[in-house]
Amino acid sequence: MRVTDSQPQPRQIYDPVADTPSSYVREAAGIHPPLDFPEYKSTALRHPKQPLIYLPQNITELTGPALSSLAPVGELDNDLTRQHDGEPIGERTLVFGRVFDTEGKPLRNTLVEIWQANACGRYRHRWDRFEAPLDPNFSGAGRAVTDAEGRYRFVTVKPGPYPWGNHYNAWRPAHIHFSLLGRAFAQRLVTQMYFPGDPLFAYDPIFNSIPDQAARKRLISRFSIEDTQPGWALAYQFDIHLRGPGATPFEEAL
Amino acid sequence: MIFPSTPAQTVGPYFAIGLPWPEGPHAVAPGTAGAITIRGVVYDGAGEPIPDFLLETWQADPDGLFADLHAHGGVSKLEGFRGFARVGYEDGDGSFELLTVKPGPLVMASGTLAAPHIDVSLFARGLLHRCVTRVYFADEEDANAADPVLANVPAERRGTLLAKAVAGGYEIDIHLQGPGETVFFAL
Repeated sequence: MRVTDSQPQPRQIYDPVADTPSSYVREAAGIHPPLDFPEYKSTALRHPKQPLIYLPQNITELTGPALSSLAPVGELDNDLTRQHDGEPIGERTLVFGRVFDTEGKPLRNTLVEIWQANACGRYRHRWDRFEAPLDPNFSGAGRAVTDAEGRYRFVTVKPGPYPWGNHYNAWRPAHIHFSLLGRAFAQRLVTQMYFPGDPLFAYDPIFNSIPDQAARKRLISRFSIEDTQPGWALAYQFDIHLRGPGATPFEEAL
Repeated sequence: MIFPSTPAQTVGPYFAIGLPWPEGPHAVAPGTAGAITIRGVVYDGAGEPIPDFLLETWQADPDGLFADLHAHGGVSKLEGFRGFARVGYEDGDGSFELLTVKPGPLVMASGTLAAPHIDVSLFARGLLHRCVTRVYFADEEDANAADPVLANVPAERRGTLLAKAVAGGYEIDIHLQGPGETVFFAL
C-alpha cells in the first residue's frame, strides 16, 4: 500500500508487548567496575562485602518507569547554554548520540539526564570547594528524550578537569555524567562520558576501575568533524548500549 | 548480544545538581488513599549515615499492576501512580522518605506468587556501579515465607530486606557494609 498524502509513520522500533524481553542478558565480568576498588578510596566503607544474591529477573525488573509519568522535559532542557540570561563561558560543545540496547535496537522515548562541571571544572554544588570560579550563566544539568531512532542531543560547554581528594595531586579527567532509565529496571545505567585524548586517563582510578580496557574506551566520546557547526560549536558523539534481551543457561534453569 | 554494554561509573558527589526533583520521592500522588511512607537511613561500613546517596524505587500498585510502558496485565488504574520514586539531596543527613502505596503480590513467570516487594537502586559516591536491593514487608509473613527470592537468601540475612510497620508506613535502614549488611542482588 502506498502512502502518498501523509507523513510516513515513524518506524515501529519496539512493540511494547511483543518486544518486552522475558529477561535481560547477564553481563560479562569485566564490563562494569567492581564495587571493591581500593584505588578509589571512597569505595572502602561503601562497597558491600557479602556476596551478591542472584536475582531471577521477573516482572518488577522487566518493567520500568514510563517517561510520561515523570517530570516533564522542557524545550530548553537539553540546552545548557540557554538556561540563564547570558551565555556560559567555555568551549560551546554539542554532545549527541544514540541509545541502543546490546542487540543494536534503538531505544526511543527514553530519558537521558546529564550533569557536569563548568568550563573551569567547578560544579554548582555546595560541597565543591575547588577554588575555580562559578559561572553565573551555567547550572550544569540537562535532560533530553530520545527520538524515534534513539537519538539525543545536548548543547553545553566542555567541562574542565578538576582536582579531588582521592590521593596526592588527583585530577578527574573532563567528563559529563549520564543517567539513563532505559525501558526496564534491569536496564538502569549511570555512567560518565569522557573526551578523546585526555592526558588524565592514565591517572584516574574511576576511569581505570573498569577492568576491560576495551570497555573503558567505550566511555570516550568521538570527536566528530562532520557534526561540528562551523563558526559555532565542536561536536562529540557518545553512543550508549544498555543491555538487551538475553538469557543465561542459569536463568533458564530457574 | 551484538554490541557490548556501556560500562557504569559512579554517580559521584554532585548528582544533586541534575537528578532529584521536588516530587521525586512521590511514587503516588499525595492524598492517594492508602498512601504510606517508607523511611530509613543509609549507613556506611563505619556505621555513619551517608549524606550523598541517590535512591530509586520501582514497584507495582496494590493490584500488582505497573505504571509502565508495557502491558504486563494492563497498566495501573491508580490515579497518579508513578511507581517510581527518586530521593537524593545536595546535603542530606543520610535519611530518606518515600511516599507510596504498598504493592500487591505478583505472579512470576514461573506461576509462583512473589511477596509484595519494591525494587531499589542505590547510587553514591564510592559506588562504582549501582547496588540493587529490595524492600519486603515484615507484616507479610505468609507471603514472605513462600517467596522464591527470599527463599534464596540465607535465613539469617533475610531480615535486612524486611521493612517494619511504624506509624504512617514502614521503616527500613540500608547498611552498605558491616554488621547487618543489607542483602544486595546480582540482577
